Amino acid sequence: MSNNIDLKRGLTIPLSGAAALKTSGTIVPQTVAIKPTDFKGFAPRLLVREGDKVLAGSPVLADKQNPDLLVSSPVSGEIQAIVRGDKRKLLAVLVKADEKVQYQDFGIHNPGGMKAEEVKELLLKAGLFPALVQRPYGIVADPSLTPKAIFISTFSTAPLAADTEYTLSEDFAAFQACVDALGKLTPGGVHVGISKATASSSPFHKVERAIIHEVSGKHPAGNVGVQISHISPIMKGDTVWTLSPVLAVAIGRLLLTGKVDLRRKIAVTGPMAIDPAYVDALPGIPVKSLRKFYDPTANELRFVSGDALSGESVGEDGYLGYFSDQITILREGRERELLGWINPIRPKQFSSSRAYFSWLTPKKTYPIDTNTHGGVRAFVCSNVYGDVLPMDIFPVYLIKACLAGNIDDMEKYGIYEVLPEDLATCEFVDPSKNDIQDIIAKGIDTMIKEMS
Amino acid sequence: MEENTNKPGLFEKGGKFGFLHSTVDAFDTFLRVPATVTTKGAHIRDSVDLKRVMIIVVIALIPAALFGMWNVGYQHNLAIGDTTTGFWGTFWFGFLRVLPLYLVSYIVGLGIEFTSAQIKGEEVNEGYLVSGFLIPLIVPVETPLWILALAVAFAVIFGKEVFGGTGMNFLNPALLTRAFLFFSYPSVMSGSSSWIAMRKGETLIDGATGATPLSFLSEGLEGVQAQYGTDMWSLFAGTIPGSVGETSVIAILLGAVILLWTGVASWKIMVSSVAGALLVGWLGQVGGATTVPAYMHLLLGGFAFGTVFMATDPVTSAQTETGKWIYGFLIGALCVTVRLFNPGYPEGMMLAILLMNTFAPLIDYCVTSSAIKRRAKKNSSAA
Repeated sequence: MSNNIDLKRGLTIPLSGAAALKTSGTIVPQTVAIKPTDFKGFAPRLLVREGDKVLAGSPVLADKQNPDLLVSSPVSGEIQAIVRGDKRKLLAVLVKADEKVQYQDFGIHNPGGMKAEEVKELLLKAGLFPALVQRPYGIVADPSLTPKAIFISTFSTAPLAADTEYTLSEDFAAFQACVDALGKLTPGGVHVGISKATASSSPFHKVERAIIHEVSGKHPAGNVGVQISHISPIMKGDTVWTLSPVLAVAIGRLLLTGKVDLRRKIAVTGPMAIDPAYVDALPGIPVKSLRKFYDPTANELRFVSGDALSGESVGEDGYLGYFSDQITILREGRERELLGWINPIRPKQFSSSRAYFSWLTPKKTYPIDTNTHGGVRAFVCSNVYGDVLPMDIFPVYLIKACLAGNIDDMEKYGIYEVLPEDLATCEFVDPSKNDIQDIIAKGIDTMIKEMS
Repeated sequence: MEENTNKPGLFEKGGKFGFLHSTVDAFDTFLRVPATVTTKGAHIRDSVDLKRVMIIVVIALIPAALFGMWNVGYQHNLAIGDTTTGFWGTFWFGFLRVLPLYLVSYIVGLGIEFTSAQIKGEEVNEGYLVSGFLIPLIVPVETPLWILALAVAFAVIFGKEVFGGTGMNFLNPALLTRAFLFFSYPSVMSGSSSWIAMRKGETLIDGATGATPLSFLSEGLEGVQAQYGTDMWSLFAGTIPGSVGETSVIAILLGAVILLWTGVASWKIMVSSVAGALLVGWLGQVGGATTVPAYMHLLLGGFAFGTVFMATDPVTSAQTETGKWIYGFLIGALCVTVRLFNPGYPEGMMLAILLMNTFAPLIDYCVTSSAIKRRAKKNSSAA
């Protein structure tokens, strides 16, 4: 059984530097970082000290409110350092990785025969429960709740996103095992969104015991939030969980092999990536371990863990995030072009609007840099945002409600349905250059504070 | 920008002339794209910005402005019976007459914009580039400059800055300028001496009245055409008296093509405004209120200019897509209603747009509320 979701509105951003469908090597990192900041709503308590030995799957962090909620180490090795920021805020736990990863054994499970409590207990114990993201608000899932349904989008439409049909091609059995186990946790079933364009050839088409939705459209059609809003919108009082396909596979491996095996193919992408391709790697690897993909002597580079719209800038000394299967390498655009705003033809600039002529070359890709291309202004244009957001909400009204901190209006205009990433295309096209994702994130923080 | 010293630059905040930061920034970013890079959210951004959007509107206005300048000269020649001045001479006369209006509009308006940005410590918004270009096109060419200056100051301060500047205003500042002139100095805005530029000592030749065709609307179609033998073509091409930029439907349509092609203006507002005008015009004709056919309303007065350039102002029009249909339709309908039933004041476009500017938030409120209710109902029935 499958349902169709055809989305007309959206925007494909023609950023150059897509990863070729090949794997150029395996990254064996010396250090791996576990960053509590990757998990929204997680108040970390350290379970390890410098010098402790850990296995892949050993707990490293626990949540202060919910001590059962653990985050485990993706590698075996020795705790090398605890990194703290201002006010001793815990930023990262660095693990000096063994050359050969040793796994803690959680036992092989048959997901079909498990009860809900057993699934939860296993995920909690292995530190994989925080892979589940709870909406509204996009926070770490609360194990005491029963979600309305669980949603997995198997594809991403974000700029240069990893092609999951390539990266997960060998992991279908694990994916199915995860779907079977998660099905126990919710009465609403597991909803799997697959790309309509490749639906017939996609391995995800064969997933059983799940509700399949064939989705077509431009970015953000691949965002799980957009798909939820077309399947079963999140209303006040609802709770749903979402899971990325990469971490679904990790959960499946845990069930099938008893190991916390977070290995994944990571797409190295972006205009400044040299010979962009995939690598076999782990979450939390240092950016510097990908040195062969960029020119280390170039200074004006930005390293984004994730995609160019919603990823996090981590810097050359930073580490990849827990949820990322992509790194985007961009150039900092600090040049000052003379009279750029009036120049009729700027062949190197992309614009979704017809104010420029890039619509004449729909196939061309652009080495878009990080320049804002203008100063921050009040909202003026009203028609540009809805055209790139395939959701039944009024984006500008929601954004203004967030700016005003008006709880009632935020509720009314759909704050429960969105995460910042869902409005990323609105932010991209905004001629007034507002930081829309940041505004939404602050609105969500206000909601969390006021509604708890 | 280039050197990395800790000392603030001469014009940066904390520098010696730091209080001029906004002004210097405005000129600096006018000349060169700012070097700012994204710090939060999307790391890459579209290359379009408000400067680009605004300049496209200005480009779209240029045909109407150029034609308006020529027409000022042409009407002058007609009125004094001069048949010897060539094309360029005619244009030059009009150019010299319109230029002071532009100077006053921009110097006064931008002066206030810069000052208020300076006071608030913000960047100067580009919105006035368009407003300042519009204002000379919608006033009579003979408007005394000091009155224009007063009107511009009123519109920018009380129509825009008190609400927080471009993007926060609810009335179109250019139209507010015209409304100020109309209500405070009615003698300037009507009668036969305002619309045609004259030099001192020149007098009208026999038969020329100097009034706009719209003034004769109450006399029916014959009344309109009796003037100068005004036919459909003159109305369409715009070789008639009127506000500087509003007469030529051809030039306005050129602008409309640019605005619609680039997507800067809403086609929904334009289409529904025309539909509203045609409907009421047709009803008026059928009901016996007038003998003027409905399509004439599209050619007369400020209707075309208002529909293309004023009603579509993204800030003061309805924000929702459904709301735009309603908003545009009501503007067209109201404009023709005023024309038909208020013979004392034939030009209904300005007040129709200003009135609908006021009602746009209410339209949006109804549209969003009903959409949210409908959606909640759908979801609760689905669950």
